[in-house]
Amino acid sequence: MSAPQRKPSTDVQKDASMAKQKAMIDGNFDRLGNVKNTGEKVSYTFVPGNLNELIMCFDMVGNYPEINAIQNGLRKKSGGMIMEAEKWGHSEDVCTYVKADIGMMRKGNIGPTGQPIPEPDILMLSYTGCYTFLKWFELLRHDYKCETAMLHVPYTGDGVITKAMTDYVVKQLKEEVIPKYEKVSGVKFDIDRLRENLAHSAKAEDDFVWVLESAKNKPSPIDAYFGGIYYIGPIFTAFRGTDLAVDYYKTLRAEIEERIRKGQGPITPEGEMKNEKYRIVTEGPPNYTSMREFWKMFYDEGAVVVASTYTKVGGTYDFGFRHDPSRPLESLAEYCMHCYTNRNLPERTRMLETYINDYEADGLLINSIKSCNSFAAGELMMMREVEKRTGKPAAFVETDLVDPRYFSAANVKNRLESYFQMIDQKRRAGV
Amino acid sequence: MATREEITNRCQALYDDLDFTAARKWKDAEPGRHVIGYMPMYVPREIIHAAGMMPLGILGGGDQLEVIQGDAYYQSYICRIPRSTIELLLTDRLDFVDGMLFPSICDVIRNLSGMWKLLRPDVYAHYFDVPQNYMRDVGGEFYIHELNVLKEDLEKISGNKVTNEALKNSIELYNENRRLTRKLYKFRADYPWLAPSSEVYLINRAGMVIPVEDHNILITDYIDAAKQEDRPKRDNSRVVISGSFCEQPPINLIKSIEISGCYVVDDDYMLVNRWFAKPVPTDIDPMQALSYTFLEASVKMPSCFEPNEDIKGQFLVDLVRETNAEGVIFAAASFCDPALLERPILQDVLNQVDIPHISFKYAENTGQMQPIREQAGTFADSIKLWS
Ligand code: SF4
Ligand code: SF4
Repeated sequence: MSAPQRKPSTDVQKDASMAKQKAMIDGNFDRLGNVKNTGEKVSYTFVPGNLNELIMCFDMVGNYPEINAIQNGLRKKSGGMIMEAEKWGHSEDVCTYVKADIGMMRKGNIGPTGQPIPEPDILMLSYTGCYTFLKWFELLRHDYKCETAMLHVPYTGDGVITKAMTDYVVKQLKEEVIPKYEKVSGVKFDIDRLRENLAHSAKAEDDFVWVLESAKNKPSPIDAYFGGIYYIGPIFTAFRGTDLAVDYYKTLRAEIEERIRKGQGPITPEGEMKNEKYRIVTEGPPNYTSMREFWKMFYDEGAVVVASTYTKVGGTYDFGFRHDPSRPLESLAEYCMHCYTNRNLPERTRMLETYINDYEADGLLINSIKSCNSFAAGELMMMREVEKRTGKPAAFVETDLVDPRYFSAANVKNRLESYFQMIDQKRRAGV
Repeated sequence: MATREEITNRCQALYDDLDFTAARKWKDAEPGRHVIGYMPMYVPREIIHAAGMMPLGILGGGDQLEVIQGDAYYQSYICRIPRSTIELLLTDRLDFVDGMLFPSICDVIRNLSGMWKLLRPDVYAHYFDVPQNYMRDVGGEFYIHELNVLKEDLEKISGNKVTNEALKNSIELYNENRRLTRKLYKFRADYPWLAPSSEVYLINRAGMVIPVEDHNILITDYIDAAKQEDRPKRDNSRVVISGSFCEQPPINLIKSIEISGCYVVDDDYMLVNRWFAKPVPTDIDPMQALSYTFLEASVKMPSCFEPNEDIKGQFLVDLVRETNAEGVIFAAASFCDPALLERPILQDVLNQVDIPHISFKYAENTGQMQPIREQAGTFADSIKLWS
């Protein structure tokens, strides 16, 4: 049943957009590593519910601890950092992003690219969709003793965003977040600057959604999970609201238009995936420490991920949300509340069901993350629901984000192979 | 008057009863009565009461419930309380419950609210958000809105209008409940040999499943009865338990800590019974009163943000000093994010003032007490040795 094996290559094949993105991310690490000389102030924040457009209004450079953990995971550095944090009393049971971050700090705060990560001048605790965030920045604040701005983003427990919820977030922006940023940066808040940034965001978001939805083509020109991780990079982090991001998504879109025109499949680390056999929807984050190995288990079998929920943690743009310069603060509030893990389980389930139908997928694969309750608690229930509603088979694998101890390649591979067989059987049975 | 033993036996029976017979009986006693379940950590029970309903605290299935179906809903790396709670639901033990509230304690309980909606679309299931911003005009206003939403929802279910007068009456009853619970804790801290931790636990726990009016009498009776008895005072070490605010340790574990030579002089079990450090005022608008008291007088626990780093964790030091405790036992449910993520900060704060501590994890169905007994025993001995 396997597609012809390719020889594993050592170099990841890169498109122009990938190179562009790498330069952007490296540039931000350079900027962070250089603040001693430039005097720039540093703001730490999270991907879900990040307020990049606002933070840029204060001329600050953004550091994203989750991204550091990911980058350290991809470079196989996170394992040692996690163990370092555990040595300092952090439980083996909790989120490994936090421990990778704290371990990095304890080991001298040298970032993934080898440059120093500066201490924060402000921690922007955007409490959006994940309880761990609350503790994470309390832990960092305990060490750094720095200013901390708390933004409580109400969870959409009843599946709706009410006016009271939006008003609450906007008030916090006005009375808590903006004053603290003005104080730390010494820069006065200018709402027109925010509007301008938001307009950039909306432009990039249009192209980003187009890219995600290109997976509706057959064959899909993108992989919306493994490849998707690269596509979300700029829009989920320090670049949303910049010209650079607008430009990046324009380039990316053009590349993908070209792929569609040529009828090509997605680019993988070993070149183009030629024979699309399975179209899969995924729920949950990936594993970063063995990402290439994990991805290979898919493309070797001709499996492409056509939609994933992970690429919605920093915003569910494909369900219509856009940053809106005409309602700047309200729009930021709504953005936060729209993030994937801030949606209740029935909504998350509905999203998966919609993806299976709209992307004509063969089934659902859940990669459940051992140390992430925000995603994982309830995933088994979601799996059953989606199976019931769509009649498509689902499978469940368990790994971790950045803790290499919890990636068992043999187990995952077995699971995946039986899953693909199950899809074959269903097809033969005409289901 | 009932004896101490009779009172604790009654509470033990309530604790053992996984069918919630007392609450069922309360509901059946009059037509039109309703029961609203709630998970840890805090819900404004006053509003439920003022709607003529009974709040019912659901704290999982303990060590006596065989979890069969619940395990199919949760991976092994998620704590146990949600799976045993699902088991209670799927085995119809909660079939008399007219609605469920899921407070914003962590992502597991949060997501459980959605599972409830999917499993029982016909039953009211509400994620109850509390503010993490403590300014009256920001978090306070948002919270008043949430309280009113809850009030309206409960009015619909009960068919009863929640009047300000009813709310004030309920606030008074719960003020009394909190006052009595604090009195019980103070009594135990002063005379731990007269009020063993396992008994105080059962008295406290009874408040989850019986009407507040009964619970107020129960606490008073217990304190009165316990005072009358002469029980031997041991040379135990005085400890505070921290981290057990959600999934509950089995009662045998609570007993084991005591048997190993510790007097537990404070803990964080069922914080809802003592959530406010001061009474909720009854001379202002009730929703404002509930909201502002929440902002300004809530207990400190990991699910609530502490805006002031200077006092982060200080509550635990204060508690140790107020109760003359000699050490802290961090006892957290396995995989409990709030307890386990908070722990390093609290440990650091204790280290700075040389308060000794140990930590272990448990599950609600932990059966092996020996390791915990040994650990707590060694801790108690070392406190005696070094103090
Ligand atoms: S969403 Fe999951 S992985 Fe991300 S910080 Fe929260 S617990 Fe950790
Ligand atoms: S035990 Fe901890 S993690 Fe589990 S539901 Fe309770 S608070 Fe959440």
